[in-house]
Amino acid sequence: MSKFVTGQELPAQTFTINRTLLKNYANASGDQNPIHQDEAFAKSVGLPDVIAHGMLTMGLAGKFLSNISGAENVLEFSAKFIKPVVVPANTDVFLIVSGKVGEIVDGLAKIELLAMCNEVKVLGVAKGVIKLK
Amino acid sequence: MLNPDLVGRTFTSADSVTVTKEAIQKFAEVLGETNLDIAPPTFSISITLEQSQSLLQDSGLDWTRVVHGEQRFELKRPIIAGDVLTCSSTIESARNVAGNEIVTVRSDLHDNSNLVLSTWSTLVVRA
Repeated sequence: MSKFVTGQELPAQTFTINRTLLKNYANASGDQNPIHQDEAFAKSVGLPDVIAHGMLTMGLAGKFLSNISGAENVLEFSAKFIKPVVVPANTDVFLIVSGKVGEIVDGLAKIELLAMCNEVKVLGVAKGVIKLK
Repeated sequence: MLNPDLVGRTFTSADSVTVTKEAIQKFAEVLGETNLDIAPPTFSISITLEQSQSLLQDSGLDWTRVVHGEQRFELKRPIIAGDVLTCSSTIESARNVAGNEIVTVRSDLHDNSNLVLSTWSTLVVRA
């Protein structure tokens, strides 16, 4: 028996993002673009400060899906990067991810995700499809 | 400006990538995943990013003006340590919207002849 029903709100999970995490993500993913680590460079290309990798933000939203279903049951996952997550030096920035269960067909559930940072929506039309256990 | 003749073409990497336990653990730990035995859903970006980046640079796209617009994953099964993956990337579309070039690249990862996952990267090249 599935524990999910269509329309169900999934409780928010909070993820902490800081410069240390950006450096660790750069090393783990191989994305060493300096806009994610070097404040002077980021500002030189018109950004307010260092910004998080879009894929880090999406990866953390993916952790939300893994938490509710197990990573092995995540079959689809997509998102648009609509606003940057700005990460000032020596500061923890909080990404708050919540979800809602959409259509459930043949043991597959659509999950609509909402990812907010400083009360701004940072991912657009973020959604996943999970296999129900 | 991307050469429009390249849209629809598929490029396959010459070398396969062997996924190590260490690479999965490192990626999973950064995201705070507790299951370190299988790759998180977005792990494949660490394999496909370099390939799609070099493909697009070779295709005449100015990488310094590229912004990541959108990403999609379709997973047939999770990636695990020991997988030997080949990557083929196809430029699915390139269009110009208000002076910005929007390019979508699909990358398929195969283990032998079995498709493990497909992922779509949409990149915006700012005017």
